[in-house]
Amino acid sequence: MAYFIQQLVNGLTLGAIYALIAIGYTMVYGIVGMINFAHGEIFMIGAFISLIFFVVLGVIGITWIPLALLLVLLIAMALTAVYGWAVERIAYRPLRGSFRLAPLISAIGMSIFLQNYVLLVQGAHEKALPPIITGGFDLMQQGGFVVSVSWLQLIIVGATLLLMVVFTAIIQLTPLGRAQRATEQDMTMAALLGIDVDRTISLTFVIGAALAAVAGLMVTLQYGVIDFFIGFLAGIKAFTAAVLGGIGSLPGAVLGGLLIGVIEAFWSGYCPSEYKDVAVYAVLILVLMFRPSGLLGRPEVEKV
Amino acid sequence: MHWTVRFVLATAMTVVSAVAYAQDIKIATVGPMTGADAAVGEQFRRGAEMAVKDINAHGGVLGRKLALTVGDDACDPKQAVSVANQLANAGVVFVAGHYCSSTSIPASAVYADANILQITPASTNPALTDDATAKGWINVFRVCGRDDSQGKVAGDYIAARFKGKAVAVIDDKSTYGKGLADQTIKEMAVHGIKPAVHDSINAGDSDFSAIISKMKAANVRAIYFGGYFREAGLIVRQAKEQGLNAVLMGGDALVTTDLWKITGEAGTGTLMTFPPDPRGLASARAVVKEFKASGYDPEGYTLYTYAAIQVFAEAAKKAHSIKMADLSKTMKANKFKTVIGTVGFNAKGDVIGPDYVVYSWKNGQYAELKH
Repeated sequence: MAYFIQQLVNGLTLGAIYALIAIGYTMVYGIVGMINFAHGEIFMIGAFISLIFFVVLGVIGITWIPLALLLVLLIAMALTAVYGWAVERIAYRPLRGSFRLAPLISAIGMSIFLQNYVLLVQGAHEKALPPIITGGFDLMQQGGFVVSVSWLQLIIVGATLLLMVVFTAIIQLTPLGRAQRATEQDMTMAALLGIDVDRTISLTFVIGAALAAVAGLMVTLQYGVIDFFIGFLAGIKAFTAAVLGGIGSLPGAVLGGLLIGVIEAFWSGYCPSEYKDVAVYAVLILVLMFRPSGLLGRPEVEKV
Repeated sequence: MHWTVRFVLATAMTVVSAVAYAQDIKIATVGPMTGADAAVGEQFRRGAEMAVKDINAHGGVLGRKLALTVGDDACDPKQAVSVANQLANAGVVFVAGHYCSSTSIPASAVYADANILQITPASTNPALTDDATAKGWINVFRVCGRDDSQGKVAGDYIAARFKGKAVAVIDDKSTYGKGLADQTIKEMAVHGIKPAVHDSINAGDSDFSAIISKMKAANVRAIYFGGYFREAGLIVRQAKEQGLNAVLMGGDALVTTDLWKITGEAGTGTLMTFPPDPRGLASARAVVKEFKASGYDPEGYTLYTYAAIQVFAEAAKKAHSIKMADLSKTMKANKFKTVIGTVGFNAKGDVIGPDYVVYSWKNGQYAELKH
C-alpha cells in the first residue's frame, strides 16, 4: 500500500507538469482550431529564462527563496508570454484564412527555429541548477517502506490545480473568456459583433505561453537539468495528454496529463519500466477508440 | 554571455580548421559536439586541437602539416554514418572518433570501405573491435579499454563492498549502456550476486522517481548504472530527494564535471570506473600544463583524444606512409610514446594498457579510490 501511494505521488508530480503544458495546447486548439506545435519549445524557453534569472538573482544577491521564486516566476511568465505573442504574430496571424495545413506547417517551422535559436545562443551543453527548494516530509511508513513527499511536489501539483481552476473561471466568467468562446464558435460572427478577434487570439497565446513558463520553472526546480531539446519530448507527452483528455477542454488537459503521469509511474513501478511509453500510448489508443473526442471532449457536431 | 562566446568561438574554430591546403594531411575528430553528451564532445575537440597544434609546431608529419576537421555525430548512429561519408569524400585519412559505441560501430564500416584509419578515444563496447576482426577489417583501433574488462572491475568491486546487500542494475538501452550493464551482471553472477532490481530507462527522460521508488522498496544499497552522465546525475539527485540511501556506480561515461553540476552535494561517493587518470602521469605533465595555461582542465577523454592523434602521427613517421594498411601494420607491431603512457595494440586493435580502476566523486572532483 505504501509503495502504491509513493508511485501515485511520483505519477501525480510528473503528470502535473505535463498538464501545465497541455493546457496551452488545448486552449489554442479550442479557440483557433490549430495545433501549436511550437508550444513545447515555448515551454523550453520558459525553463531557460527561469534558470537564467535564478543565476542573475543569485549574482545580485537576492537569495531569500520565496522572493527569488516569486520574481523568477513573474519574469519568466512575462518574457515567455512575449515569445508566445511573437510566435503568433509572426507565424500564424499572416496565415489566418489560408488553408488549414498552412499554420500547422509554420508551427513546425517555428518549433525548429526556436530549438536552434536556443542551441545557438545557449550552446548544446546541459544547464544545471542546484536544488533550491529541498526537504519534505514522510507521509506514512509501512513494512520499512517510507513514503516521502517533497515540498516541491506539493507545490507543483497545487500550482497546476490552482491554475486550472483560475483559467477555467476566466474562460467561463470574464469578458475575455466570453470573447474567447465566441471566437471559438464562429470567428466571422464574433468579429461582426465587435469582438477584436486578433487580440483575443493573441491573448490566448500569451496565456498559454505564461502557463508553459510556469511548467518550465517547475521542471527547472524539480529536475534541475535543462537543454535546448527538452521541449520536444515534453511537447509530445503534453500533446498526448491534451488529446487523451479531450482537446479543447481545460479540465480534460489536466486530467489527461495526470493520467499519463500516473500510468508512467505505475507501469515503471510494477512492470519493466522500459515499456512505459508503450503503456501510455496503448491507453491513448483505447480511449480514442471508444471516445474519439477524448475523455472530457465534446463530440464534434457537423453543421450543415 | 559566457556560453554564447564559447559557442561562437567553437564554430569559428571549426570553420577555420576545416579550411585546409591541398598538401596538408587531412584528419578529423568526431564526437557529440551537440546534444546531451556535448560535454564530452568538447573534450574530444579540445584534445584534438591541442594535439594538432603541438604536432604542427614540431614540423608536422612527414614534412606535411595536419589539418583537422571537427565532425558532429550528436551520438546519433544515422548522423555518424553521414558524417563518416562526408569525411571519406573529403579525403580524410584518419579519424579520432567516435564517442558513443552506437556511432563508432556503424561509422567503422564506412571507414573500412574508404581505407580510413579509425582510433576511438572512448568507445568501449567489445563489439567494435570484435566485429571488425570478424569481418577482416584492419582499420579499427581504440586507445581506451573494453567494457568486458570495465564490467569485470565494477562487478568485482560491487561484490566485495556490497556483499549480502541488495544491488540494482539499470541501463539506458544504448549499445554502450546495456553492453556495460550486461558485462557487470555477468561478473556479479560469478560472485553469486543476482541484481534485486534489473531495469531500463529511456535516455532523454528527466523523471526517474518511479524506478527509484522501486529500488527503495527493494532496499537497494548500490545501483550499477550503464549509461551516460546526464541520466546518472538525475538518478543520484532524485534518489537523494526521495530518501533512497544507495551509492551509484557507473562507467567511464561519468568522467565529466558536468555530472557534479547536476548532482551537487548528492553526488558525494558516486563511483565510476575509468583507466588510471592520465593527468597524473609524467608523460602528460607538459601537455596538461599547456591545457591549463589555456584555461582548460583536460578532464575525461581530452588526453585520450590527444593520444589517438599522437599514435597516428608516430605510426605515420615510422611507416613513412599515411596509407591505412601501412599504418595498421605499424601500429600492431610497435609501441608508441603518448601522453597517456606507452601504448601498443593487439591483433584486434584493442589497446594493451593499464586496467580500469575505481574512482569516487567528492566536492566536484573525482579521485582514485585507494584500496
